[in-house]
Amino acid sequence: MTAQKNSFSVALFSVLFGLIIGAVIMLVFGYNPISGYVALLGSAFGSMQDIGSVLTQMTPLILTALGFTVAQTAGFFNIGLSGQALAGWVGAVWYALSFPDMPAYLMIPSALILGTGLGALASAIPGWLRAQFGASEVIVTIMMNYILLFLGNNILQNTMAKGIKDSAETTKQVGANASLQMKWLTDLTQGSSISAGIFIALLMIVVVWFIMTKTTLGFEIRAVGLNADAAKYAGMSAKRNAVVAMAISGGLAGLAGTIEGLGNYLNFFTQNGSPAIGFDGMAVALLGGGSYLGVLAAAAIFSVLKIGGLGMPMSSGVPFELVDIVTASIIFFVGASYLIQLIQKRVQAMDEKAAQTAAAKKAAKVGSATDKNQKGGE
Amino acid sequence: MSLMAMFSLVISSTLVYSAPLIFTSIGGTFSERGGVVNVGLEGIMGMGAFASVVFNLTFASTFGAATPWLGLIAGAVVGLLFSLLHAVATVTLRADHIISGTVINLMAPALGVFLIKVLYGKGQTVPISQDFGYTSIPGLSHIPVLGQLFFAKTSGPAWLAIFVAVLSWYIIFKTKFGLRLRSVGENPQAADTLGLNVARLRYSGVMISGLLGGIGGAVVAQSISLNYSASTIVGQGFMAMAAMIFGRWNPIGALGASLFFGLSQSLAVVGAQLPGLKNVPSIWLQIAPYLLTIIVLVFFFGKTRAPKADGVNYIKAA
Repeated sequence: MTAQKNSFSVALFSVLFGLIIGAVIMLVFGYNPISGYVALLGSAFGSMQDIGSVLTQMTPLILTALGFTVAQTAGFFNIGLSGQALAGWVGAVWYALSFPDMPAYLMIPSALILGTGLGALASAIPGWLRAQFGASEVIVTIMMNYILLFLGNNILQNTMAKGIKDSAETTKQVGANASLQMKWLTDLTQGSSISAGIFIALLMIVVVWFIMTKTTLGFEIRAVGLNADAAKYAGMSAKRNAVVAMAISGGLAGLAGTIEGLGNYLNFFTQNGSPAIGFDGMAVALLGGGSYLGVLAAAAIFSVLKIGGLGMPMSSGVPFELVDIVTASIIFFVGASYLIQLIQKRVQAMDEKAAQTAAAKKAAKVGSATDKNQKGGE
Repeated sequence: MSLMAMFSLVISSTLVYSAPLIFTSIGGTFSERGGVVNVGLEGIMGMGAFASVVFNLTFASTFGAATPWLGLIAGAVVGLLFSLLHAVATVTLRADHIISGTVINLMAPALGVFLIKVLYGKGQTVPISQDFGYTSIPGLSHIPVLGQLFFAKTSGPAWLAIFVAVLSWYIIFKTKFGLRLRSVGENPQAADTLGLNVARLRYSGVMISGLLGGIGGAVVAQSISLNYSASTIVGQGFMAMAAMIFGRWNPIGALGASLFFGLSQSLAVVGAQLPGLKNVPSIWLQIAPYLLTIIVLVFFFGKTRAPKADGVNYIKAA
């Protein structure tokens, strides 16, 4: 309980310090930090559309962050979330465009399963190579990011039928039978690209929390992550758990990509680099400190900063990149939580000292008044 | 195209693409040999690239053809300063190494582009006027056949990188400093008991990685991309990290792995000009370097073993 309270206060202080660093940088380069931050809040919460954009941004980040957390719990560093998300995105959009007449109640679940499955496959491979051959999952996932990026672009440019493309670089929009956007949500948020994806993401927080903390599978994954040898000794298969944990991790990333495809963009277009949601998801997971509710809060903060940052250059002249500096600083302080704990301890010690001296003064006062009655002692 | 010209094209472009990877992967080796995991190589390279381009644009008219080489120093200094952030976080503030490295990676492109916008008013710089181009190494380039293949019209930074690789191997495995650095990476407590300053050694490991990573970034900027933008450094740092692991935390191994990556990257670029590779669909040439890496890693190397205390913070008993 205290540990949880501690990590919460660390996160709070980190956000505060990160914003202060951002303000200092704005001051140093001659911008007004107050108008900068006002612009940020204005474009994150200024209208229902802005709030819709924040929620749209949050959706994939929650999922990739959950994915990173699951792999980390099992002792793996899944740096391939972007590639896995891309696999889901390309696959789901291609599938949706290939069957424009399938009814929605068949199309949407099958597309979601397909995208999730592709992501899971893309990360089960490095998991298996690690378990079977001891190949570092860090290298393999980095390499797979590039492979999937080039394959995705190649499928779009050379393999997909002409009929489902707008140009060589972009597919057509997916039909209403595959779109995750909901009319009432779109109307409510004045035409933002929010979709049912946000509900799926929220649901997945609960599902992943349940699997990881309440089931045998989750217990085994955690045990393998804590001590693979001990887990093996207790009769758990380290290999199977490695593959399963990586598959869950990549599946969540694939789902994130699917929702980007069927909920946010509604198409696929040539990517110049691995999608940012992978690396941003890592950052969200780190800010969330490995807790499932923490992931939600971190994704919210991250998205407010990202969407808010878009409005900063227009109204206050501050380059958009400032919010990325703030985000990085926040995560720096989360990582260096020892610093915050040290400061807290120092402050506490100072408080105690002050209280002590006050008490001593009081005692001295009382003591001098009752001096005659005292006969030494402690 | 004659066989000779073909070889010479492949070799020189391999060296161009390998050079930044060699510098950076050896930097990573120093850091991890000292026990600090450095996922932040990508960010450090980014800052090195940024610094060298700003230096190059500012001083090209003063220093002329020597500018890119001085730009390397600018990249090295800024890379070193930036890596201090990682050192302070991991060694002094006991931060998780992966988190701190991720911060470095998030921070670098943001800071670089922010400063470029402040300095030049737009998100990317104009091309630099003085780049590395091709150099011929005096003396060596006159050796028949070999000289023409390896030393004439070749990448200067690559040969510097190869020299640095050999030097680093000597430093890590044959000097007192290297032995001490390796000992804090394997068993910091034992090293501490013997009177070594664990924190200082780890700081120096990370700072060397900053220095070399900065140079790596400066090489990319001044011999490949020729300007600075958010997309100057995209993934080279991660490739360098892979080269370091591939090379088993040994500078000569990292050199070999970097040359291998450089070769496969250059085939993707110049492959279209080569008879025999002309008809292979470009997608295969594009993914070949990465696919080959996985295959080689799985079938020829198997288990990779990092220094024992790599990524483990050492907290001295009070």
